Amino acid sequence: MKRRQPIDQETYYSGIRMVPYDLVKELAIALGLVLVLVLAASALLSSPDQTPETIQSWSQNDPVDFVTTATGELAGTTITAQYGAPYNSGTASVQGFGFFSPQSWAGVREPVDAAQDFVLKPLSAAAGADPNLKTALSDYTSADPNQQKAWLEAFAKALKDAKVASDGTLTMASGEFGPLPQMMASLLVLGRAGGLDGYLVSNGHFYQTDYTLPLLFMGDGGYLPGLGENQHLLGSQWGMMNETGSYPGQTWLWLYTFWYQIPPFTGNANADLMVVITMTVLSLALLLVPFIPGLRDIPRWIPVYRLIWRSHYAGETPQPTAADGPSEGRPGGP
Amino acid sequence: MSESIGTEAEVPSWTRATRDFIGKRLPLAHFLPDRQPAYVGSWVYVFGVATIASLAWVMLSGVILAFFGPQWWHVTGLGRFVNSVHFWSVQALFIFMVLHLWGQYFMASWRDGRAPTWMVGVVIWLVMIVTAFTGYLSQQNFDSQWIGVNAKDAINSSGGGAFFNVLNFGQMYGIHVMLLPIGITVLVILHIVQVRAKGVVRPIEGKGRGA
Ligand code: HEM
Repeated sequence: MKRRQPIDQETYYSGIRMVPYDLVKELAIALGLVLVLVLAASALLSSPDQTPETIQSWSQNDPVDFVTTATGELAGTTITAQYGAPYNSGTASVQGFGFFSPQSWAGVREPVDAAQDFVLKPLSAAAGADPNLKTALSDYTSADPNQQKAWLEAFAKALKDAKVASDGTLTMASGEFGPLPQMMASLLVLGRAGGLDGYLVSNGHFYQTDYTLPLLFMGDGGYLPGLGENQHLLGSQWGMMNETGSYPGQTWLWLYTFWYQIPPFTGNANADLMVVITMTVLSLALLLVPFIPGLRDIPRWIPVYRLIWRSHYAGETPQPTAADGPSEGRPGGP
Repeated sequence: MSESIGTEAEVPSWTRATRDFIGKRLPLAHFLPDRQPAYVGSWVYVFGVATIASLAWVMLSGVILAFFGPQWWHVTGLGRFVNSVHFWSVQALFIFMVLHLWGQYFMASWRDGRAPTWMVGVVIWLVMIVTAFTGYLSQQNFDSQWIGVNAKDAINSSGGGAFFNVLNFGQMYGIHVMLLPIGITVLVILHIVQVRAKGVVRPIEGKGRGA
């Protein structure tokens, strides 16, 4: 009970030499110096701002990848289509150890139906003005699932050798594709015109702040990751710490991204969850350092403090080096 | 009113109790002392103040950016410059904060009842990381797209993605410009009050304490 009484600072500092100290002046100087530093860096170095990609730029710059990805969404073979929580009932990206899977516990909270959301719904919206597309769509949706699958597989295969014509459309060998060429040609037109960008964010709302659909769609393709790789942004390139250009990124995530580079994390299907758990444990340890034997003793074993307080230790045994003069000549204070 | 002046000291009052509570723990002379122990004359103590200074510029530049809206800085030179100030003061903030953290660690500054000060510091550190992360997501440029698409899997794996959707710009932006800055401000004020209330921790002494 007695220990709960706050010890007053005079008692705490007994035997310690006190010197005049101007905290407010020190803060003012720090504000000034940091401002000069930051203004200089801003004037000389500016800041990163690479224009974002759009579905439009994707479908214009790499139409084969765009159509291949869209075909994958229809076939249910993309990352998003097979993801699982929080987007859908897939399982491919759900991490967990046996029953322990916070990802599935949290459930599907941002529902995404890859085939419908990325391909069929935008096409139906466009079909109103395009009777051929309307017919193609109803041919597709009324076809037997096995028939759809056969079309999709044949189409995906032929896409590997597709060529981009000068008008941006695709030319490819003919085959048993059913209505897919008509559908995908229309989707490509929509994408190239920028219509898909608007459609995917609007979803029947007027005001828009949610980019989940277009970002997931782009993330399923090869175009966006290719751009990231060129900028050294991939996870395997320690990308989490990097930014476009030669700007510093979130360097403070070095330990977080470090784990992905070493076993057993590298390439593990549960790598994300393992890293999250590791970092949670380490953060808790940092929080509880004052109570963890060993961790809290390292400062005594590696006596950096001798350096930090060297004038204190120099003055302690013999006599204080100087009389209580105005501070010891350098700023610094709480 | 005027007759009671003489006996005022005897009347119990919640107001007086609050004033006494604060006065005992953090009298103004301790909050803004003009004398400090001589051992505070080490450069390590500069990092805390430099962190506050960087934070002040982060906040000010952030308020200007928020006032003009998220598109502004992509289309005007002045906006771009303010964004650069925000960007570089964040980098300075993290550098100074890391130096401060390591400095406090090697001084074992949680001694003599200062564990809560350390723990609030660690919470600030963690909240700051989330704040920087939501900031990168709010840039509305290629980096935001990239970071969102790639970070979602780790957040989803923890179950957090169900509530914290990194691909939802509106959600990330609101959290970044509103909730987290308020949280950080409160935490930093608390941290500094904790430091001032206890006074700066004494140097580590070999055996027992004493000069
Ligand atoms: C925005 C972030 C932070 C600010 C503005 C800040 C500011 C300060 C200031 C001004 C002091 C007074 C002493 C000094 O300047 O060295 C201080 C002390 C302290 N800080 Fe921080 N700090 C921050 C983050 C942290 C972090 C991340 C930690 C550790 C994990 C931490 C742990 C401590 C401890 C233990 C003290 C007590 C030192 C003593 O009593 O001698 N702080 N902080």
